[in-house]
Amino acid sequence: MSRFLLRRLLLTVPVLFGVATLVFALIHLVPGDPAQAMLGEGASAQDLVELRERLGLNRPLLVQYTTFVSGLVRGDLGLSLSRNQPVTTLILERIPATAELAFAAMAVAIALAIPLGIAAAVWRGTAVDQAAMTLALLGISVPNFWLGPLMAILFSVELGWLPVSGRGSWRHLVLPATTLGAALAAILARMTRASLLDELRELYVLAAAARGASRLRVVLRHAFRNSLIPIVTIIGLQFGAVLTGTVITETIFAWPGIGRLLIQSIGFRDYPLVQGCILLIAVTYVVMNLLTDVAYGWLDPRIRLE
Amino acid sequence: MIVLATILAALAGPVLVPYDASAQQLPLRLEGPSRAHWFGLDELGRDILARILSGARVSLLVGLVVVSISASVGILLGSAAGYFGGWVDDVISRTMDVLLAFPGILLAIAMVAVLGPSLTNVVLALSVIGWVSYARLVRGQVLRARELEFVQAARALGAKTWRVLRRHVIPTTLPAVLVQATLGMAGAIIAEASLSFLGLGVQPPTPSWGTMLNGGRAHLLDAPHLTIFPGLAIAILVLGFNFLGDGLRDALDPKRLTAKS
Repeated sequence: MSRFLLRRLLLTVPVLFGVATLVFALIHLVPGDPAQAMLGEGASAQDLVELRERLGLNRPLLVQYTTFVSGLVRGDLGLSLSRNQPVTTLILERIPATAELAFAAMAVAIALAIPLGIAAAVWRGTAVDQAAMTLALLGISVPNFWLGPLMAILFSVELGWLPVSGRGSWRHLVLPATTLGAALAAILARMTRASLLDELRELYVLAAAARGASRLRVVLRHAFRNSLIPIVTIIGLQFGAVLTGTVITETIFAWPGIGRLLIQSIGFRDYPLVQGCILLIAVTYVVMNLLTDVAYGWLDPRIRLE
Repeated sequence: MIVLATILAALAGPVLVPYDASAQQLPLRLEGPSRAHWFGLDELGRDILARILSGARVSLLVGLVVVSISASVGILLGSAAGYFGGWVDDVISRTMDVLLAFPGILLAIAMVAVLGPSLTNVVLALSVIGWVSYARLVRGQVLRARELEFVQAARALGAKTWRVLRRHVIPTTLPAVLVQATLGMAGAIIAEASLSFLGLGVQPPTPSWGTMLNGGRAHLLDAPHLTIFPGLAIAILVLGFNFLGDGLRDALDPKRLTAKS
């Protein structure tokens, strides 16, 4: 296991390096002068010189890159242009809100998807299966930037049950978490059904039934337990989609997290802050994928030996 | 059927609706659905149905262009990586690893943020991330295909590399690419709408479903029809492409074909 872990860790290092390089390159994709783009057409020559100096844009590219990478290692992502505060501080302040939303969305998705997937597999080919899978396909097809406002119209405007935006009590979390978790729930339900159907075809399931175990016991204690490996993997891999989804969900519900900070910083052309937010989301995703792989290797010894 | 109906409706839009997508009737702004305006009017008094049909052309165009570019680049690079192996595979695969480290449309958001919001930049950004899934798929298929007997026979007979790839290897990957492209249309349409919703995509006054939804956010309380109809259009078209993709996957699945024969 330790060799497998070491190999996976070593494979992650160049990816993280590539991510950092691409994020660094972003600011140089700006057509024309990045300083001009950030300050706008009306900026004075003095302001442009000062900004170039402050961001190091007047230094050779290699020096800029080295400074960027060494800053990253120290946790220094530079200063936000619009807020005049360290990017790291601004991001750290918002991590709890995004983490709260992401984990709540995953909890909602799991709570909806697992029973739906089990029901579809157990009653395969029946109306229950068709209804569950149609619901899942709808979940994949309905974009969260539509589902969110629709739920806000129904539950906040019409019924007045839940607040329409902001963060505070658990009631604030319901609509954003459901909006964000819906697509993941749909994917998980399809995966749970497929994985459970594979297990239900295995001989040990037949053997358990032949020994007189009840249908419920056969499904939940035997087949479902073994079908969990791919389901856990999908949950891990879909964390990235949840992270990207926070950008839109936080914008819809004015949730004070990283996603909203990213969109606000784009509006202000605050590129150091844009870089910081993108970097954090990408690195979190890479680390989550690493943890998922490690968990998969731990659960299934065949993976470690490949 | 859904996809075909949307394509026809998008093409016949100007004939189906007697209003111009950008014609404003300010006194009637935010008016709800009526016999004259089936989906109502938006915040500038423009007919929402006309704008949805016009927006369908934008969505389908973006989907088609992004999928065409992504699939072409993906097939080319995926085939090269799978067929040649070695350093070619290493370079392409590591590039894919780095691009895959950015979840979903995050990289597209970042690219459009620095390049500036426009339809061209949306297509560019979505294609830059889009080719990876095709390349990964094709690479896997080519790795299998290059060991097939008829491919080895072609090589043994002295066929040139490009001919082997074009005539024998790449055609074996096309059914899988077709499924991916159909599902990719759904993905590209949602991605374009997401970017436009965030204000990073198609810019007003060009009608786009995402931009229309963004405009509807300010009127959730007094005019929910601004939000309901464009979203419904996205969901129906995306559902259509997902159904089509699922159907094609089932129809082209070798296991299923073997079972039938």
